[in-house]
Amino acid sequence: MRILLPIVLALSPAIALAQSTAPAALADTQLADPTQEAAAKALMETLRCVVCQGQSIADSDATMAGDMRALVRQRIQAGESPIAIRDWLIGRYGDYISYDPPLSAATSLLWATPVLLLGLGVWIARASFRRRR
Amino acid sequence: MTRRVLWLPLVGFALLFAVVASGLMRPADRTVRSALIGKPLPAFSLPPLIPGKPGLSSAAMAGQGPRLLNVFASWCVPCVAEAPQLMRLKAAGVPIDAIAIRDTTPAIRRFLARVGDPYARIGDDRVSAVQLSLGSSGVPETFLIDGKGIVVRQYVGDIRPEQVDEILADFRKLR
Repeated sequence: MRILLPIVLALSPAIALAQSTAPAALADTQLADPTQEAAAKALMETLRCVVCQGQSIADSDATMAGDMRALVRQRIQAGESPIAIRDWLIGRYGDYISYDPPLSAATSLLWATPVLLLGLGVWIARASFRRRR
Repeated sequence: MTRRVLWLPLVGFALLFAVVASGLMRPADRTVRSALIGKPLPAFSLPPLIPGKPGLSSAAMAGQGPRLLNVFASWCVPCVAEAPQLMRLKAAGVPIDAIAIRDTTPAIRRFLARVGDPYARIGDDRVSAVQLSLGSSGVPETFLIDGKGIVVRQYVGDIRPEQVDEILADFRKLR
């Protein structure tokens, strides 16, 4: 104990620095209505956590992701549509917040590439079938 | 014709190599910026956190001239690092309002006693609700708001000593 005490004292400022407030009410609590909870869950899976950028807010343990889950559940509970909530967040953070990229000048290549590659495949296939004949 | 086609895979490889190498050399900027720049500050109203220091609402901020809005927390280490810069900005005559994220009264008191208090008002944002409505993705972040309540600029991360002059210039342009 006598050896431990200085270590504990040395660590105490670090402990004091840790967040001490409780998570938001609906961060980790499901909504009572299963349909609403399902809608909230589906939306949360398409929203990016801005702190831990590779995860959706449904998957992330970050406090801010918890606050975002609470925001989504509150608004769903209040009867707002998932599309409206997503648009509200895009208005704040830009398209980056959503894992479902809308069609725009920057993402047009992303949407067009599958079609272009399919066209290229058809063209190559046609050329090689012709040669065989 | 066939000879030239033979080079295509190598050309493809060289292109891919160039893309990957440039990504390694100049990593993409992963900063999440607010989309509110050039738009009005969203309406909000936050209660005070410490006695004697008023809370913060968008209505109270309107018509008071340009100011900085600092998003901070007592538990945030870079906020300690930027505190001297905020004190310098305050000394230069820049009014600074603040939103404290997920904080408690005793923790904020200790924090201000330790690093100084540049804030005119501090709003208590217990569940990051106002932070989310600002498009802020962490602490610290600072927004420059003009006299009409329009968000002019966002400074992501702690304000560095070399940024103070730039922020002062941005602020004076609005007056």
